[in-house]
Amino acid sequence: MEDIVIRSLCKAFDGKPVLQGFSATLPAGRVSCIMAPSGGGKTTLLRILLGLEAADSGEICGLAGLRLSAVFQEDRLLENLSPVANIRLVNPRRPRGEVLAALAAVRLSGCEDQPARELSGGMRRRVAILRALLAEWDVLLLDEPFKGLDEETKACVLAFVRRAVEGRTAVLVTHDAAEARALGAAQILTL
Amino acid sequence: MASEGKKPARRGRIRPWAVALWLLVWQGASMAIDQQILLVSPVRVVVRLLEMALTAELWTSIGFSLLRIGAGFLLAAALGAGLAALSARFSRVEELFAPAMLAIQSVPVASFIILALIWFSSRSLSVLISFLMVLPVLYANTLGGIRAADAQLLEMAQVFRLPAARRVRYVYLPQVLPYFRSACQAALGLCWKAGIAAEVIGMPDGSIGERLQQAKVYLNTPDLFAWTLVIVLVSLAFQRVFLWLLDRGARALERM
Repeated sequence: MEDIVIRSLCKAFDGKPVLQGFSATLPAGRVSCIMAPSGGGKTTLLRILLGLEAADSGEICGLAGLRLSAVFQEDRLLENLSPVANIRLVNPRRPRGEVLAALAAVRLSGCEDQPARELSGGMRRRVAILRALLAEWDVLLLDEPFKGLDEETKACVLAFVRRAVEGRTAVLVTHDAAEARALGAAQILTL
Repeated sequence: MASEGKKPARRGRIRPWAVALWLLVWQGASMAIDQQILLVSPVRVVVRLLEMALTAELWTSIGFSLLRIGAGFLLAAALGAGLAALSARFSRVEELFAPAMLAIQSVPVASFIILALIWFSSRSLSVLISFLMVLPVLYANTLGGIRAADAQLLEMAQVFRLPAARRVRYVYLPQVLPYFRSACQAALGLCWKAGIAAEVIGMPDGSIGERLQQAKVYLNTPDLFAWTLVIVLVSLAFQRVFLWLLDRGARALERM
């Protein structure tokens, strides 16, 4: 897998520029962190990388044909489905036992088969993170994934995510440099 | 709080006391007029209904109308949902069917009935009329449900490359089913009213509509009321059974 190269990316909404000629290289097999103030275009950049938004100009090289996975800013879970079903929805080949082990690793044992609508905000967040990690992916995009988690749970989830992204390409969007360090980010880019 | 834990009152629910009160008003009005041909009493209607229940005529008439109106409804439900899915996917399909749906909604049902009587046999008239009355309702509501599907979940499905079947089953169906259900609820009453109206005009042999028309011709008010009661009961039973099956199907789908 080669590096992902972003060249002069521009995007505006209703004439208001959000990204103005952003360029960066996201090294393959490493974690890159993107930081910016609120409204600075972080989510827009991730949406363009995910193919959910088209850039006004600029180009992205090295992403074609790669399988993407993401933790969105919102949980985006299917409310009627359990954590196990939500996770296996995106990757049915993942054995149930492996999913249960992952749930236990982020302290979600005991709620495996509860509908997502009955879970607390922090629990839902962890399910959304696991769904992204246990999907089949070449590039993982994380949009403020640890938002809403208490410090103790966050440390536990960070350790799990770090193991999962070791040697793989990931992009973390956050306000917290400590999260970037905890994931061993190779670079911190600012928008 | 004083009201904590107390179930909220279910507004609009049919209460036995209200039904009893209206029946009393009806009975009182009938006794005051004292002419069964003008206003038959509820007691006489029930007696007549019980007499009819002992004859084969009632049951064969119910079977005749139920089969045809039910078939029209089910056909419209299947086609309406299918067309809505196609319209949501292909704008040309929506454009193609927009004038047809508008025409079906705007043309008076009596015009359709008369036209249908010219083109087809009166035996299958209620199938066509109930189908036509229900189709636009189910089509528009199902399409609305598909359009209202959560955009964030659709993006999630896109990012994780969910296959179409799984997307439909897990993302669309749970969101569209409530729209489809409420459309069915509205359409079930509509199809019975239109279907029976078609039978009254077309008078196919052995239908409820024919019995109703005969009661009118012979000024047989007890029969007229009794047959009307039969229509209401069969229509309600059909609605309840269909919605129960739909809810059961939805729950089974949820558990799968």
